[in-house]
Amino acid sequence: MAGPQTRRLTATLLGSWVVLVLGFLFIPIIIILTYAFDTSTIQGWPIAGFTTHWFVDTWADEEVREAFLLSTEVALAATLLAVLLGSLAAFAVYRFAFFGKEVFSFLLILPIALPGIITGMALNSYFVFWGIDLSIWTIIIGHATFCIVIVYNNVIARLRRLPSSWVEASQDLGAGAFTTFRRITLPMIATSVGAGALLAFALSFDEVIVSTFTAGAQTTLPLWIFGAIRLGQKLPEVNVVVFGVIAITLVPVILAQKLIGDAGRLHK
Amino acid sequence: MKLALAALVWRRPWLRSLLLLSPPFAWFVAFYLAALVALFVSAFWQVDGFTGEIQENWTFDNFRAVFGDEVYRRIGLRTIGIAAAVTLTDVLLAFPFAYFMAQFAGPKLRAALMTAVMLPLWSSYLARVYAWRLILAHDGALNWLLTEIGLPTLSVGYSNWAMWIVFSYLWLPFMILPVYAGLERIPQSLLEASSDLGAGAWRTLRKVILPLALPGIAAGSISCFSLTLGDYVTPMLVGGPGSDFIGNVVYVNVGVSNNVPFAAAFATLPLVVIAIYLLIARKLGAFEAM
Amino acid sequence: MKAVRKTWSSRLAVPTAVVLAFSQTLAGVAQAAPPTKIGPGEGVLNLVAWEGYAEDQWVKPFEAQTGCKVNRKYAGSSDEMVTLMRQGGGNQYDLVSASGDATLRLIYGKNVAPLNVKLIDGYKDFIPQLKSPPHNTIKGVHYGISYEWGPNTLLWNTKKITEAPKSWAAVYDPQYKGMVTVPDNAIQIADAALYLSKTEPKLGIKDPYELNEKQMDAVVDLLKQQRLLIKKYWALASDEISLFQNGDVVIGAAWPYQTNTLKAAKVAVEETIPAEGATGWADSWMLSAKSQHPNCAYKWMNWVTTPVVQAQQAIFFGETPANTLACKEMDKIAAGACSQYHGDATAAYFNQIKFWKTPLKECGGGKHDCLDYSVWQQKWQAIKG
Repeated sequence: MAGPQTRRLTATLLGSWVVLVLGFLFIPIIIILTYAFDTSTIQGWPIAGFTTHWFVDTWADEEVREAFLLSTEVALAATLLAVLLGSLAAFAVYRFAFFGKEVFSFLLILPIALPGIITGMALNSYFVFWGIDLSIWTIIIGHATFCIVIVYNNVIARLRRLPSSWVEASQDLGAGAFTTFRRITLPMIATSVGAGALLAFALSFDEVIVSTFTAGAQTTLPLWIFGAIRLGQKLPEVNVVVFGVIAITLVPVILAQKLIGDAGRLHK
Repeated sequence: MKLALAALVWRRPWLRSLLLLSPPFAWFVAFYLAALVALFVSAFWQVDGFTGEIQENWTFDNFRAVFGDEVYRRIGLRTIGIAAAVTLTDVLLAFPFAYFMAQFAGPKLRAALMTAVMLPLWSSYLARVYAWRLILAHDGALNWLLTEIGLPTLSVGYSNWAMWIVFSYLWLPFMILPVYAGLERIPQSLLEASSDLGAGAWRTLRKVILPLALPGIAAGSISCFSLTLGDYVTPMLVGGPGSDFIGNVVYVNVGVSNNVPFAAAFATLPLVVIAIYLLIARKLGAFEAM
Repeated sequence: MKAVRKTWSSRLAVPTAVVLAFSQTLAGVAQAAPPTKIGPGEGVLNLVAWEGYAEDQWVKPFEAQTGCKVNRKYAGSSDEMVTLMRQGGGNQYDLVSASGDATLRLIYGKNVAPLNVKLIDGYKDFIPQLKSPPHNTIKGVHYGISYEWGPNTLLWNTKKITEAPKSWAAVYDPQYKGMVTVPDNAIQIADAALYLSKTEPKLGIKDPYELNEKQMDAVVDLLKQQRLLIKKYWALASDEISLFQNGDVVIGAAWPYQTNTLKAAKVAVEETIPAEGATGWADSWMLSAKSQHPNCAYKWMNWVTTPVVQAQQAIFFGETPANTLACKEMDKIAAGACSQYHGDATAAYFNQIKFWKTPLKECGGGKHDCLDYSVWQQKWQAIKG
């Protein structure tokens, strides 16, 4: 580029932009965290007063605990399914040429490209048609359907960037297909599977629209939050819950980011 | 025995691909495609208004009602228009951000920014939308700030403007991530080469960086556009009197009036729009950059 | 008493002709014999309820007493309740707190089961009008246990509007442009019809739920003008609460629930039943025909019709209990609460309320030129645009 001065100016300008965008991203979150301490059940600006009793109330709230547990179970199961099926699909599309491959890879991304309400509505009528009662399993099926795509996208992106020379080298050195997969391919894609799994878990954990249609009387955490918002009697509990979720996930997210970042640099 | 079977499988690529492919494919067909097809078949049926039973007499009435009525046309156009505006806004917000991350930030700062972008995804979508109500309300945080610094107050709460802001906010991380991934892959040497050959910064941006970033932008735009297009919760919480989206009409027909056939007929609109969008995005290389 | 009954039946009633029309066009209603005694609880109870109808105040003691864990699903409109009771094969939820505009749809959709009112202790103390009202009892068969009733009110911010409004005209008044809110619900058309029935007598609107094409056009015109004044159509009760709290609106149509919540948060609001009268609701608990937990459901109906719970519910939401013995309990909770919430209501008070019911083609007097509810829903969508 044209000289260090221009570069410094560009860096300053872009840096200020980054700060502004971060502000945009975080002001609502700061508000959520702040209003966990609100004395009033109805949120108004500015905060009505300071209290910590909502933390005690939320901790004692059985519904919150159950919803949290259910969401965790659903997200874990959906992520597990997604990792299995998503990786398989990615390998198939990457390694082999088969009839209808283009169509298949196009179809695969439909669940995230199509509005969630269509997925939800379709699954709902489908379950009813087969006489399948809505339960935790129907929620898991709904979530897995879009989680598969997330893992698939991550894995196939990594596979495409994988130097094929490494695999060839391994084979030249006499390693069988299994050994090559286990010693070369698997370690290389592990972080992308991890990143996909993390994102899939996050999306499932916070999913509202598909859950609305695939849950029966079960309440996932976002559905509980929606209920609390529409009831309007214990809004600060919603904020406490978000506070808790951020606190719990902050460390794993940072760790995962580091892991993925390191691995990314490795084969750049 | 087991080994022999494994050897057989590995020696025949088509068998391998079949084995790899069949579980995800079976899942997809059984739970997703079949459900989608069934839904759109039901768009040709009708519902008995009083008992809520579906009557399987084939008719185009639902489609006629959806596409013949000016109200639904306006709702469709509003949805697509705002989705496009949100996508454009997020490209403009995300590009400089991602560019800074990829080309100026050190590894530590880069990781920190990455975490900062991901973190909102872990704090409830509903709670974030609700927080925006407090910011944009008549006596809310924004107007308080404007009054404090001596500016006239705005009336953006519960309007299409509010939806535009909140949607742009919600899906911004989904734009930053793929754009960053695209920009990160541009080697520094390429930029230097461009500048050595006498290209100004602006020309390098236009001729070198943008074309290489385009797949990432297209990939991010699929997320932003389709997530906005299908939402109904945000319009419900922050929209005004004229803010219904396609999703709201669909939701009301499924969740309130129990008229799945009509909802399915209206849902063909986003389906077609998304399909067209995907085809364009594929041309731009979005699928390779997702 | 007799006079009261007469007004009740004439207003709450769906005309006999209409009921006959249902029985002819539809295959009938769910007929399985109701139980003769309440068995041991199944441990779970799934409710579809209005916001404010399943509060911890009376849910927690119920759970402790019966071991039935209560799962609540809130619904903001009668339509949503009907849909929830039908979705997923109809066995997801056990009970619904249906208003009079949902009950017949549920009965004739065979979604709810006949009830044995002998198993409900509070039933004998209900006001006579709510023992077998036509909206939940067909040919002597009970499909619902009456719960509470009340009016939709006019709510306003007393700081911004100092002179108390006395007419619904206030929500159509251009001086409040951009500061009005009304429910996002097709049944809201009846509110405008009620207003026009008083202010435009030449339209000949007798019943706000029975509108012919010409009357509907006039109502839609009024609502389209109102659309320009609306800040937001509220879909959730909490929407309206935060709209008033944050100064986005100063006047609107509300439930007493919002008024009570806002007053509890010290927001300066007041409510009234304007001169034209008001629409309102008479709710019943109804048992799903495919309920998985009928014993817990009966235990619940038994519990919420006891005088104490009836009183708690009435005061919490701001409505009137079906059980006459609740009056004393209300005064125990808050002195004067019984008369404040019309626990000792008179015929005159009932007369002000036009209870929600499902609009049908069949008008009173054997006419068939009224618009049914699906048309109302289309009109409502067109008004909102």
